[in-house]
Amino acid sequence: MRLLTHNMLSSNIKGVANGFPLKIEVEKVVAKEVDFNIDFLKNMFHKVEWKALAEASRTMGYAELPEKADAAILESDDFLHKFHHALLELHLEEGALVCPETGRKFPVTKGIPNMLLHEDEV
Amino acid sequence: MWYLCVFYHRLLDYRKPEVESLAELFGAFSKGEPTNNGDLKSNCSNSLEWKLPEHHHPDSPFHLVSLPSEEIARNVANRSILVKGIFELWGEGSSLEELEESIIKYPDERKQPYLTSDSTFKIAVDTFGKAISFEEQNERIRSFSYIPFKGRVNLKNPDHTFWLIETDNYGSSNGLPPIVGRKVFFGREIGAADRKLLPTYQLKSRTYLGPTAMDAEMAFLMANQAQAKPGRLVYDPFVGTGSILVAAAHYGAMTMGADIDIRVVRDGRGPDCNVWSNFKQYGLPTPVALLRADNNLPPWRSGLKEVFDAIICDPPYGVRAGGRKSGGRKLLKGVIDPYTVPDDKRTGHIPSTAPYSLVECVHDLLDLAAKMLVMGGRLVYFYPVLRDNESADTTFPEHPCFKLVATSEQMLSYRYSRVLLTMVKIEPYTEEIELAARIKHLEFKENHLKWLEEGNLHSAVFSPADIHLKVSGDTKIGKESKGKYRGKYV
Repeated sequence: MRLLTHNMLSSNIKGVANGFPLKIEVEKVVAKEVDFNIDFLKNMFHKVEWKALAEASRTMGYAELPEKADAAILESDDFLHKFHHALLELHLEEGALVCPETGRKFPVTKGIPNMLLHEDEV
Repeated sequence: MWYLCVFYHRLLDYRKPEVESLAELFGAFSKGEPTNNGDLKSNCSNSLEWKLPEHHHPDSPFHLVSLPSEEIARNVANRSILVKGIFELWGEGSSLEELEESIIKYPDERKQPYLTSDSTFKIAVDTFGKAISFEEQNERIRSFSYIPFKGRVNLKNPDHTFWLIETDNYGSSNGLPPIVGRKVFFGREIGAADRKLLPTYQLKSRTYLGPTAMDAEMAFLMANQAQAKPGRLVYDPFVGTGSILVAAAHYGAMTMGADIDIRVVRDGRGPDCNVWSNFKQYGLPTPVALLRADNNLPPWRSGLKEVFDAIICDPPYGVRAGGRKSGGRKLLKGVIDPYTVPDDKRTGHIPSTAPYSLVECVHDLLDLAAKMLVMGGRLVYFYPVLRDNESADTTFPEHPCFKLVATSEQMLSYRYSRVLLTMVKIEPYTEEIELAARIKHLEFKENHLKWLEEGNLHSAVFSPADIHLKVSGDTKIGKESKGKYRGKYV
């Protein structure tokens, strides 16, 4: 699971008002190289919740992202490469996503988050 | 400018929509202005101008199409799957003599640039509905001595390829109603589909296959309808083994997929036979995300919208594979009362899933697409249609955010077809629409059984044939009522 995915997901358990961002429990992180696409990055920059991404990348052991970022920073090549690495190259291979409200764990195995709810959570 | 567009004689309903989608992708309708809502609405109704050669049936492989430039024509043809060739038409006629006259009349300034002594060329002969021998082909090629070719012949890699294409007053052998009279076309090739893709990507070469994997040709057609290209993000909520996303990835799009069956997305058949390996085997970038999620209760965060450029999928419609949603099979049926999973059993608990009716599935899909697609983004999906009630006009799902731009039918059996629908998002997703969708969602949940029964296609497709056919005992009646013309279903 890449952090792009993490940034899009929330806990949708019935009754949970604020299921975002999910906390990350890390067991195994791997980095996989991905082709650099500047248009995609610039496009995604406006869609991601920056604070959640910066925090998630720190949890995954990558502390290079600034606390805050506005559109002007997209001019920086250095920033774009760091953003690219955090968004697309860091993988949570094994671990879990934890609902911030209920503590329910959504397991991540072989890089696949299992977001399916139990019958009593629907 | 008008070009001759010759199609492969298959999937007839898919031919023009493919060309129109690609024409838009390559900028045939852009006026160079920044797009806003108003433009979107007018843009997506932009269809190309088409003409048929005289006396030709609409299902004929020969069409004339107006495209703004040769470059766009080339891009469209080369990326397409069903275009045998787009040609600059130099001449046509009902006989070789008429053709000669017509070619000689064609302006010299249009012909000269392609006849120069420093260029290489080749002349190819093609026919539709007839066969001509090799000797006859050579004879026809030699007869073009009236065109002043100065260049050298190069059969393997010519700069310019010219085509002589003949049709005859054939009968019903090719499934089309007879066309009156012979027709001969001569033109310069601008571009043609790269059908070599199809053997490369054919399903039998795929390492990981499911029972409903999309065949390569259809997957590429879907990716073209969705205008997949580098920098775009394409999502498939029923990803399965990824057969649709493979085509989108081939065109450079970033892909993302979800499925409710975790065995398919997570495990596959081992480390070298899973959804990831289906991309790696062709050297394609693997999806940016695969996850297990339920289309009925998507786990996307509430503020997230307009992130996908296209959503392409083949929803489970309960004929070859049935859909599932979360919520507990017995719970939704009302057989048992709500229960809680005991705390000590939660970790390894495998949630029970319930059947998912097609109506609900499509409702959820449209709602998801309305929210998650960018403005102008495309939703491309298959919708099943029963063929019994041919009198009644089929109605397709509608949504206030979308405009339906193409419907392409593919007949699957005597009983049912699937129709590829292409919808373009033309209106933003509003709070009212979101509220209406939420109310509908609860309605589906409360009347679970009713919706399941109403939307059951399986019995309609697989139940025994109607009794009156059996009583008459004459199978001929059934066959004749089908009508002889089957061109649409080639």
